[in-house]
Amino acid sequence: MDNILTVLLFFPLIAGLLGFIVNKDSIRAYGIAVASIEFLLSLWLWMSFDVNHAGFQFIENIPLVTDFGISYYVGVDGISLFIIIMATLMTLIGIIALNIKKDIKNLIITLLFLEVAMIGVFISLDAIIFYLFWEFSLVPMLYIIGAWGGERRLYAAIKFFLYTFAGSLIMLIGMLYVAYVYHSVSGSWSFAITDWYALILPLDVEKWLFWAFFLGFAIKVPMFPFHTWLPYAHGQAPTVGSVILAAVLLKMGTYGFIRFSLPMFPDASVMFIPYVATLAIIMIIYTAMVAYAQEDMKQTIAYSSVSHMGVIIIGTFAMNAEGITGSVFLMLSHGIVSGALFLLVGSIYDRRHTKLMSEFGGLASVMPKYAVIYGVMLMASVGLPLTIGFVGEYLSLVGFYKISPIMTMLAGTSIILGAVYMLNLYKRSFFGPVTNEANKKLHDLDGKELAALVPLVLIVVWLGVYPKPVLVPIDNSVRALTSFMHEKAQTKEAKATILVSKKNKEMK
Amino acid sequence: MLEPISVSLESLNLITLSPMLIAIGGALLILLIDLFKDDLDKTLYVMLTMLILFVDIGATYSLNINERGFFDLMLVDGLSVISQLIILLTSILFIPLALTASNKRFHEYSYPEYFSLFLFMVAGFQFMVSSDNLILIFVGLETASLSLYTLIAMHNTRDAHEAAVKYFTMGAMAAGFFLMGSVAIYALTGSVELYEVAKILQSQGLEGTAMLPVLGGVVLMLVAVGFKVSLFPFHMWTPDVYEGSSAPMAGYMSIVPKLAMVVVAMRIFGIYINLDMEAVSYLIIIIAVITMTLSNMMALVQKDVKRMLAYSSISHAGFIMAALALGTTKANSSIFLYYALFMVSNLGAFAMLWISQHKKKSFDERYDHPFEKFSGMISVSPMAAVIMGIFMLSLAGVPPFSLFWGKLYLISSVVDFAVASNEVQYIVLAIIMVLNSAIAAYYYLKLIVYMFLKAPSTSETVVYANQSRPLNVVIGIMAVLTIFSIFYVQPLMEFVTYLVSSSGY
Repeated sequence: MDNILTVLLFFPLIAGLLGFIVNKDSIRAYGIAVASIEFLLSLWLWMSFDVNHAGFQFIENIPLVTDFGISYYVGVDGISLFIIIMATLMTLIGIIALNIKKDIKNLIITLLFLEVAMIGVFISLDAIIFYLFWEFSLVPMLYIIGAWGGERRLYAAIKFFLYTFAGSLIMLIGMLYVAYVYHSVSGSWSFAITDWYALILPLDVEKWLFWAFFLGFAIKVPMFPFHTWLPYAHGQAPTVGSVILAAVLLKMGTYGFIRFSLPMFPDASVMFIPYVATLAIIMIIYTAMVAYAQEDMKQTIAYSSVSHMGVIIIGTFAMNAEGITGSVFLMLSHGIVSGALFLLVGSIYDRRHTKLMSEFGGLASVMPKYAVIYGVMLMASVGLPLTIGFVGEYLSLVGFYKISPIMTMLAGTSIILGAVYMLNLYKRSFFGPVTNEANKKLHDLDGKELAALVPLVLIVVWLGVYPKPVLVPIDNSVRALTSFMHEKAQTKEAKATILVSKKNKEMK
Repeated sequence: MLEPISVSLESLNLITLSPMLIAIGGALLILLIDLFKDDLDKTLYVMLTMLILFVDIGATYSLNINERGFFDLMLVDGLSVISQLIILLTSILFIPLALTASNKRFHEYSYPEYFSLFLFMVAGFQFMVSSDNLILIFVGLETASLSLYTLIAMHNTRDAHEAAVKYFTMGAMAAGFFLMGSVAIYALTGSVELYEVAKILQSQGLEGTAMLPVLGGVVLMLVAVGFKVSLFPFHMWTPDVYEGSSAPMAGYMSIVPKLAMVVVAMRIFGIYINLDMEAVSYLIIIIAVITMTLSNMMALVQKDVKRMLAYSSISHAGFIMAALALGTTKANSSIFLYYALFMVSNLGAFAMLWISQHKKKSFDERYDHPFEKFSGMISVSPMAAVIMGIFMLSLAGVPPFSLFWGKLYLISSVVDFAVASNEVQYIVLAIIMVLNSAIAAYYYLKLIVYMFLKAPSTSETVVYANQSRPLNVVIGIMAVLTIFSIFYVQPLMEFVTYLVSSSGY
C-alpha cells in the first residue's frame, strides 16, 4: 500500500467526524476500536517499511498551492516511524484508560482530531503542512485541558496555547525566510524540506535562522527558560491529556530539531552547541531539583519529564550517530514511560482525589500490582539497565561525551538526581506503614487499567533487553543524516564535530 | 462663441461604466417598484438586490483590463476589477442577512429605500476603486459614505443614531482632509489625474525644497485614509460605530469601505513608494505598527464581543497597511488575498452575532453581546459554538482556516522584502506582526473559552431570535469557505496576482 500514510492521517479524521453520529453510550468502544485500527495501521507501516533504506519512504507529493510551492508532501524515515507508532499506541492506551464520564463523546472525538495533528506533524515533509499540523495540534489540547482539567484549567490551557503559538509564529518567519532564499536561488517556490536541505545558506543567515527555529521548538520541548507552561498544563490537564502531552506533543519539539535545525543549519548547530547544551544541563539539574521539592506526585513526574527532555536535547546536539540515535530512542522511551507514569498517577487520583505524597504511604501493601508496575516504570524513568530508559540515555550521553566530557558528567547527574527524587517519591508513597485510614480500603488496579498498563510494561522490558529492531532503522536514518550534515557543513569546526561513522548510507 | 464639442460615443468607452450603471439602475428600479406598489415584502427586494449584484459581478468580470473610458476618468485595471469583485461578493453575501425570522424586529429592511441606498453605496465604492482621478474618487467616496451613514441610522435604535452621527462627523472630517490632500497634490503638480501626477513628480525629482509640500500632501491624504481605514490615531470612532450598527452592517463596514479606501491609498501612496520616498513608507509602517499593537491591547480588555471584533478589525487594517507600505506586487496581491479570506471569516463572525441579536438588551445593561452571553454555548447549541469557534480560530490565524493563508502570504511578502532589500528593520516588522498575531490569539481564544469551557449562564440562554434558513445558509457558506480554504487558495492567489501584476502594481 503506497499511500498508507494518507490513510494513516485521514482515518482518525474521518472517524472523528463520523463519531459525532455515534451514540454517547457506545462512544468509548468506538474510540477504542478506531484507535486500535489506527495502531494496527501504524504497525503495518512498520512491517512494510524497508529497514535497510535510510531515506524517506512512502513518499506522496500532491501540489496544493503551486504558485507558493506548498504541497501535500509526506513520507517517513527511521526517525519518524517509531514516533508515529508511539503516537498511535499512546492514543490507544489513553482512550482505553479513560474514565471520565462528563462529555465523553466530545473528549474522544477531540482525541481523534489530536491524533490526526500528531501524525501529521511527524509525516510532513513540507514545512507549511508541518506548521499547519503543528499549530492545529494546539486546538484539541486547549479543549482537553480547558474542558476536563483541574481547578485552574482555563489559565493553564490559555498559557499553553499562547506560549506555543507565539514561539511557532517566530518559527514561521524563519520558514518564510528560508523559502524566499530558496526562491531567489532556484527561481521557484518550495516549502519541501528535502529541497531546503540542499540549500547552503550564508553563515550569518544560518545563525539567525537557527535561533528562529530554536524558539519554536524550544518552547514546545520545553527548554529551560520557556518551560513554565508545562507544569501548569500537566497540573491541570486530565490524565489522558497529560499522557498525550508528555508522550507525544513534547516530542514534536525535539523531532523538529532533528528534522529541521540539524540538517538545515549544521554549522550554526555546531556553533551553538555550548549554549544549547548549557540550557539543557540547567534544565536537567534545575528541574530535577524542583521535582524533588514537589509535594504533588503529578508535579514530580511533570518536572522529571522536563528533566529528561534535557537529555534528549543533549543527545540531539551530540552531532554524531550514537547521540542522535540515542535521543530518538529516548524520545520513544520517555513517551512510553512518562505516559505510563501519568496513567498511574491518574489511577490513584481517581481513587483518592488527591495527588499529594503526604496523603499516601504504605501503598505497596494495599495495592501490590499497582506498586509493581509503578516500580518498573520508575526504574525505567531513572534509566536502570535492562529497561527501555537505559538504552536511550546511555547512547545520548555516550554521544555527547565526544563533544564535552565535563558537560556529559553534568548531564549524567540526571540519572543520579532522577533516582533521588523518584525513589523519594516511591518511598514516601509506597513504603512504610499505612498511616492514612483512607488508604486501607483502596482496591488494586482493575482490568481496564491493567489492559492499558501491562502492554507498556512489556514494551519497557522488551525494548530494554532487546532494542535492536527499533534501533537499527533509527540508526540507519541517523547515520545518513550525520553524513549528510558532514558533507553540507561549511566551517572546519563543524566538519570536525559532526562525526561520521564508517557504515554510511546515502540519504535521499 | 465656443466651438461645439463633438465627442464620439466610442471614445467614451461606456462599457467601463457598466458595472456602476447596473447598480444605479437597479437602485432606481427598486425605487420605481416601491412607487407603484408599496406593500411588497422585503424578500422581494432582497432577491432583486442579489440578482442585480449578480449581474453586476458578471459585468465586472467581463471588463477588459487596463482600459480607460469616459474622458479618461474611468480606469479599469486589475486593482479595480479585483476590488470590485470582492466588494460585490461581500455585498451579495451580506444582503441575505436581511432575511431574519421576523419582519417586525428589525424594520430597516422593510423600507425598499434601504436596498436602493445599499446599491447606490455599492456603486459609489465601485467608482472609488475604478478611477485615478481624485475628483471622481472623492465623488464616489461621498456617495458611498452618505448612503452608508443613512443605512446605519436606519437600524433605528438610540445607539444606531449615535453611531451614524459619529460616523458622519468623522467621515465629513475625513472628506475634508481628502480634499485638502487633493488640493496639495494639485498645487504641486497641476493635475488631479494620478498618472499625470506620477509623471510630473518623477520628472521634477523630489530633492530639496519640493519635498516638504509633497510630504504635507501625503500626510493630509494619510489622515483621510486613516479615518476611513481606521488607523491610529483616527480609529476612535470604529468601536462605537460598530457597536451601534446592526451586526451584519458592522461586519460589512469592516471590509468593504476599508478595502475601497485601501485601493485608493494604494494608488496614491504607490506613486510615492515607487519613487523611493522612504519617508512615506516609514510613516505608513509606523502608523501600521502602532495601529495593530494598540488596537490589540484595547481588544484584550473589551467586555463585548462586537467591540472586540471592532478592535480586531482595526488591527487587521494595521496588518494591511504594513503590506501597503512595501509596494511590491506580492505585497499588493497579498492585501487582496487577505481581504478576500478575511471577509469569509469576519462577516461570518458578525453574522453569528446577528442571529443572536435582540432588539432590547437582555443580557447586560451596557452591551448587546457581552462575553457572558456565549457562556457554555457548546452545551446549549453545539453547532453554533463550533462554527463561531472556527471563525475565531481563523481570525487568529490558526491553520488550516482561511485567514491563516492570508496572514502567511502577507507576512511572506514582508519577509521577502526584507531579504531582497537586505534591511533588518523589515524583519523586525515581520516579528512585530507575528507577535501581534499571538496577542490577538488571546482575545479570540477568550470567546472560545467562554463558549467551550465555561458553564452556561443559568439565568438566560442565547436565544437565536433572528435565526432563519437563509441566515443559516449564508453562515454555512462562510463556514465552508473558512474550513476548506486550502482548496481554493491556489486559484485565488493566481487570479489576484495576475490582476494586480497586470496593472503594474
